[in-house]
Amino acid sequence: MSSVPEYVIEMLHITKEFPGIKANDDITLQLRKGEIHALLGENGAGKSTLMSVLFGLYQPEQGVIKKDGREVKINNPNDATALHIGMVHQHFKLIDVFTVLDNIILGAEDVGALGFLKKKEARRKVQELSERYGLKVDLDAKVEDITVGMQQRVEILKMLYRDNEVLIFDEPTAVLTPQEIDELMEIMRGLTREGKSILFITHKLNEIMAVSDRVTVLRKGRYIGTVNTSETTKAELSSMMVGRPVQLVVDKQLAQPGETVLEVENLCVPSKLYKRNAVNNVSFKARAGEILCIAGIDGNGQTDLVYAITGLEHPSSGKITLGNKNVTRLPIRQRSDAGMSHIPEDRHKHGLVLDFTLEQNMVLQRFDEGRFQKMGFIRFDEVRRYADMLIEQYDVRSGQGAETTVRSMSGGNQQKAIVAREIDRDKPLIIAVQPTRGLDVGAIEYIHSQLVAQRDAGKAVLLVSLELDEVMNLSDRILVMYEGEIVGEFDPKQITVEELGLYMAGAKRQEVAEQ
Amino acid sequence: MSKTPFFRQPGTRSVMASVISILCGLGAGSLMILIVGLCTPSLGLKSVWDGIRLVIGGLFSTGRDAAGALTFGFNPTNIGNMLFRATPLVLTGLSVAVAFKTGLFNIGAPGQYLAGTCATLFIALSIPTTEMAIPGIEPTSIPPVVVWILAFAGGMLAGALWGAIPGLLKSLLNINEVLACIMTNWIAANLVTWAFDISNLKNLVEGTKTGYIYKTTINGVATSKMGLDKLFPGSQVNGGIIIAAVLAVIVYILLTRTTFGYQLKACGSNRFAARYAGIKDKRNIVLSMAIAGALAGAAGSLYYLSGNTEFFWSTYQQLPAAGFNGIPVALLAANHPVGVIFTGAFMSMLDICGLQLTNLTAYNEYITDVIIAVIVYLSAFSLLIKSLLASRKKKDEPAAKENPQPTLANDQEVKPE
Repeated sequence: MSSVPEYVIEMLHITKEFPGIKANDDITLQLRKGEIHALLGENGAGKSTLMSVLFGLYQPEQGVIKKDGREVKINNPNDATALHIGMVHQHFKLIDVFTVLDNIILGAEDVGALGFLKKKEARRKVQELSERYGLKVDLDAKVEDITVGMQQRVEILKMLYRDNEVLIFDEPTAVLTPQEIDELMEIMRGLTREGKSILFITHKLNEIMAVSDRVTVLRKGRYIGTVNTSETTKAELSSMMVGRPVQLVVDKQLAQPGETVLEVENLCVPSKLYKRNAVNNVSFKARAGEILCIAGIDGNGQTDLVYAITGLEHPSSGKITLGNKNVTRLPIRQRSDAGMSHIPEDRHKHGLVLDFTLEQNMVLQRFDEGRFQKMGFIRFDEVRRYADMLIEQYDVRSGQGAETTVRSMSGGNQQKAIVAREIDRDKPLIIAVQPTRGLDVGAIEYIHSQLVAQRDAGKAVLLVSLELDEVMNLSDRILVMYEGEIVGEFDPKQITVEELGLYMAGAKRQEVAEQ
Repeated sequence: MSKTPFFRQPGTRSVMASVISILCGLGAGSLMILIVGLCTPSLGLKSVWDGIRLVIGGLFSTGRDAAGALTFGFNPTNIGNMLFRATPLVLTGLSVAVAFKTGLFNIGAPGQYLAGTCATLFIALSIPTTEMAIPGIEPTSIPPVVVWILAFAGGMLAGALWGAIPGLLKSLLNINEVLACIMTNWIAANLVTWAFDISNLKNLVEGTKTGYIYKTTINGVATSKMGLDKLFPGSQVNGGIIIAAVLAVIVYILLTRTTFGYQLKACGSNRFAARYAGIKDKRNIVLSMAIAGALAGAAGSLYYLSGNTEFFWSTYQQLPAAGFNGIPVALLAANHPVGVIFTGAFMSMLDICGLQLTNLTAYNEYITDVIIAVIVYLSAFSLLIKSLLASRKKKDEPAAKENPQPTLANDQEVKPE
């Protein structure tokens, strides 16, 4: 142990098999001390499995793991913790009914005499960390009440609280704003300066280029290669990841806006959390043949706005007109029949019944159409035919086709199934909320092209997105929401990402002159 | 369908889990018999052996021969009685299973059972028919079968209304249905006693009995035997079990084949997604509880319409066991509506075995109850057994690699859980 080993973590020739699939096939990953090492790959490339092996959740069939040059055996997450390996999971591991503080200290509680928690000290330590790294959280809020973005920050704080040396970030930027992402990058660099080593799992090429020192690329469970970030390009990385050249910029013609499909006038929606409006006096029009994008940081009223338009929540005042019909007070079913389809933000909560089969989910709104039922009895053959058609047309992949339980499908294919269902309902308005969240480059490319195709077919597309790349790439017109209000309207060709970020953060505001 | 081997199909696993847990229950029951037998001076190893045979095969017990040894054989009386007692269990089991399928825990079956009983008896006893068996009331021209239909329909309706109350509370005020069910159980228990207390039915005289005990034979209203009494002579069996089985099949079809069942299940498995899709989740919660209530009401109704069951009006003292026993019946059947017919029959078989044990051995009837309770308790562990079977399957699978699933898409993510 005299010389300092070059690598803090080495995973050599790891092979992990699942029934019918080799999730990791002879993968080698070496993490240098003090570096930010990106792990790049599409969904299903084996990143999560590899990290689970490192974290002791799975035992590999072959291969060894070394920490500081010494071979170690990691049998369970406790072993990993003892080796000071910490992870922010892609799917948050938080207890909904506990407060933020309780979640952070859970499992690493300081206990005083008589077994009482020393919460005061814990609170001080967490507050200090949260200030130092700019991770704004409300320590006393319950996790179920806070936004996804804040939950992410809680996860990061959890790891920092445990003084971990090797930090694994599993797609940490999915829900952050550009400024927040920059801050996170700064945090990550700061951490490496203090001697911590970071494994950064992502499929966002911008972030890799911005922050990482080296990149390891996986594809379909196999090791493709490790490159120095300074010596590569986005195009090279994406073709390594997908196995073919990928179109990174959406190819689309100029929009030809037609008549107004959706008109929202002076809409107010009360907040469930605070005594103010989550959506405050919002007015806009969405026209046929254009993609109107609502940009903003998570939790600035976009969700409530969409809920009010789709009928999941009731506005306190204002008017929503769809086509020529006032739908403000209509129930959900009548609104969607009046002409809207909705790709929801949370595909597990709203988009799918996870324990239903794929075909059952494909007819979630349409089961009582004459085509799929007769005298109240489901016409299973018709449902199957329809589902098979959508699966084929939209390339939804699953283990057992239409009979697959949706829960067992990958996130990308679940999302494709929703997109297929909603687009095929063929309504003049498509509301898509974060339609590509957590998806890989290939799936994003596909969903973007579908949305553009719908626009070109004369639909109005209302896109709510937190990803600025997506906003800039896809939209024909941008509205920025901040604290429940629309603070600006822009042409994507005439504004920079940085400036948009300032509006999103509330630092700038346009005096909105309504059309 | 040839993709999955027979023993790996989820349906097979459910049945296997239930069978294994029943065997565990019977094993534990036998152990109890052994322990009790060895600890009680009046019993001995021979009694233990008799006891175990009776608990497992009591249905086929035919008494003792001249030498005092237990005899076994086809016993139509026992089987008929088993079917008779199974009727309410099948229906309350069905009630619990329907609610479970739609994401609700109906612990209110006892209250709904009482509501059904009460409405049924009121209708059945207060309409004079052509066959009045008690003096003082003139026969009328109404045939008993009409009264029977009214009484049965009334029982189901009362159960449905009683079940709808927790459903309404849940959908409108978001009150947990378990709490509301427990409350409505006791409200029903007291209300029924009160209703009989203030009613004129108290003055009915039947044979030597007055008031407090009711039986529908006074005016000939009784469930048709449907020929079952010829098959199982000497037993209490009647057509109720057939009605229960038909209801089970109807419920099965409703849940699996209709758009209504599709909506109920969608609400049960993901209320938010159902709402998103424009399905009226609140209405469906109420409907699902009402259906569950109607089935539990039918249980009470059929039990007391047999014509030979006596109803004691002091319901406020305890809740009917048939209501609660619906829970293990449903669990053991893994909430499958048709499976409930068999598990209900199994539970009532245990009853019969318990009776045989009390009658034919020196085992105390209370100890018999304890033994039966142990069997029921362990039998309800089928969910645990099922998950054990599932985990065993996982371990097996890497070994069975020569049979990989070729359809697994390459981008199928294997998620670490």
